[in-house]
Amino acid sequence: MTPLLDVRDLIVDFPTRRGVLRAIDRVSFDIAPGEVLGFVGESGAGKSLTGAAIVGLLTWPGRIAGGSVHLTGERIDTLRPDRMRRIRGRRIGTIFQDPLTTLNPLLRIGHQLTETMLTHLDLTATEARRRAVVWLERVGIPDAPRRIESWPHEFSGGQRQRVVIALALCAEPDLVIADEPTTALDVSVQAQIITLLKTLTRENGTAVMLITHDMGVIAETADRVAVMYAGRIAEIGPVAAVIRHPAHPYTDGLMGSIPTVKHKAERLRQIDGSMPRLDAIPAGCAFHPRCARAFDRCLIDRPGLLAAGATQAACWLHAPEAPHG
Amino acid sequence: MADPPMVEAVGVTHEFDVSLPPLRRMLSREPRRFLRAVNDVSFSIARGTTLGLVGESGCGKSTVARLSVGLYTPKSGEVRFEGQNLAEARRHGGARRQMNMIFQDPYASLNPRWRVSDIVAEPVRMYGLEKNESSVRRRVEMYLTQVGLVPSDGDKYPHEFSGGQRQRVSIARALSSEPEFLVCDEPTSALDVSVQAQILNLMRDLQRRLGLTYLFISHNMAVVRHMSDQLGVMYLGRIVELGDAETIFQRPRHPYTRLLLDAIPDLDHIGRARTPVGGDVPSPIAPPPGCAFHPRCPLANARCREEVPALVDVGGTRVACHAVVEERGSDGALG
Repeated sequence: MTPLLDVRDLIVDFPTRRGVLRAIDRVSFDIAPGEVLGFVGESGAGKSLTGAAIVGLLTWPGRIAGGSVHLTGERIDTLRPDRMRRIRGRRIGTIFQDPLTTLNPLLRIGHQLTETMLTHLDLTATEARRRAVVWLERVGIPDAPRRIESWPHEFSGGQRQRVVIALALCAEPDLVIADEPTTALDVSVQAQIITLLKTLTRENGTAVMLITHDMGVIAETADRVAVMYAGRIAEIGPVAAVIRHPAHPYTDGLMGSIPTVKHKAERLRQIDGSMPRLDAIPAGCAFHPRCARAFDRCLIDRPGLLAAGATQAACWLHAPEAPHG
Repeated sequence: MADPPMVEAVGVTHEFDVSLPPLRRMLSREPRRFLRAVNDVSFSIARGTTLGLVGESGCGKSTVARLSVGLYTPKSGEVRFEGQNLAEARRHGGARRQMNMIFQDPYASLNPRWRVSDIVAEPVRMYGLEKNESSVRRRVEMYLTQVGLVPSDGDKYPHEFSGGQRQRVSIARALSSEPEFLVCDEPTSALDVSVQAQILNLMRDLQRRLGLTYLFISHNMAVVRHMSDQLGVMYLGRIVELGDAETIFQRPRHPYTRLLLDAIPDLDHIGRARTPVGGDVPSPIAPPPGCAFHPRCPLANARCREEVPALVDVGGTRVACHAVVEERGSDGALG
């Protein structure tokens, strides 16, 4: 079966006066229909940028400098902007962190929903309006027939994010890119939104690329997870395996540094130092200066993704001839 | 414990005036409106311990933070510092040096035009803690080392640091007035998890070494559990549960505390299917009558809609809930 989304060796560059900054460096992954692939990493690791590159929304001067993006077999990273616009919204929906900036404050939400459907689907105005009400009901907005006439500011933060989800899904896309969809929300509302997103995408068989810094959200929602570090994928694999048996030392450190509500640790494990800046990414493995298990090869050679148990890790410890310890 | 608690809040209430501007108010004939951000809040923090305060946005956590260092004077009730009325003490210039704050955003809380050494030295100079410049410099270097930076970092400007290092600078500055009490308002919320672990570990080390007392405010239950000896859970301006942190985490009593604990996505719940509790946090301008949590509470009944529950002792912790006191639905309506 061909994957729904197939990203191969994606490179994103930012040309600056002081040279080219490589923000995404040879990132490869695929997403199957109906699958939820989570992306985690620290700020600046390149997770949002990966999403933006796929939908063709890189901000200037960022540009795709290599690799390919295929959506159901069709190459989309080389499409002209007007062709790409027809894919965005229709075949790829997007949900961003801040629902207030996603929605147009000057248009009633019913207008925004019907406009999206009329642009992308072959519908009459009455039918689009009927569907808009149904979508509002599906995302759990009470009293939908009346609320459809409301303005964005009349909704609470959680409800607004529900409207954004309806907006992203109403053109029935194959893929939804959700970039920190719950970060701006309170915890008790966050749970509602995650559940909603999970249920609706499952019902429609929509694939999801879920970008977040919150590993807990990934654990509950995603099927597989990709851990990003300094513009590269450090580890990718099934959620349970990555969380319980992380193969990359960075993933391992990351998991250990997350405090949990289940028990109180005397000390949190910490990874000393911080992620390198884009203009100072070390040679070899980008993580080696912070890695306790780095050896000579890590300083010179950049590791590709290697099979490591149930996951794949970009780490020389998993090369067949690696020293064990 | 013969010592009075380091910090004590007794029935503290604080309101903000959210009325329309006077002319518009007259034209629209609207009455003045007040937002009661903190409502009858009492707690005490023993020397050398941490009180964690959790709650969602708008619950009044940050107002409590500002009240407890005297940045706001309470409308009613009082905050006591070492047994003294804080507002009184501050009027005579006392108690200020002994307390300090660490804020959420290390980008906004450091002056971008000052070198780090000046940022850290300002309190030392202001309170006249050192006589001459060379001992001021020595002291600054000591604080920078204490928070895991190197003395030469003092010559840099805030923008030359990463977020985590910047928060270390904020901590160094907070320490430089030799405070005994630190109010930390979401100190790690703007940081990445791996950096958050560094800062949390640092804060606990400093507490142990210097015998600091913390009021630690966060919306993140896991972080609060890691830091706190005592825990207070706030909802719409009131403390709804207060007591020993471990006891509350092991046996949360208030339905809201249980909701919060259940709502947190956790690494242990891979692929969990959940039934989330509905509803949003109501507006604090017009809180629901009775128990403010009743519209979202699965255990609510008529009494909850009318009567505000008081904090009462239930098995060692203090809980403000009629349902808990009446043992209504105690057999796991909330699972």
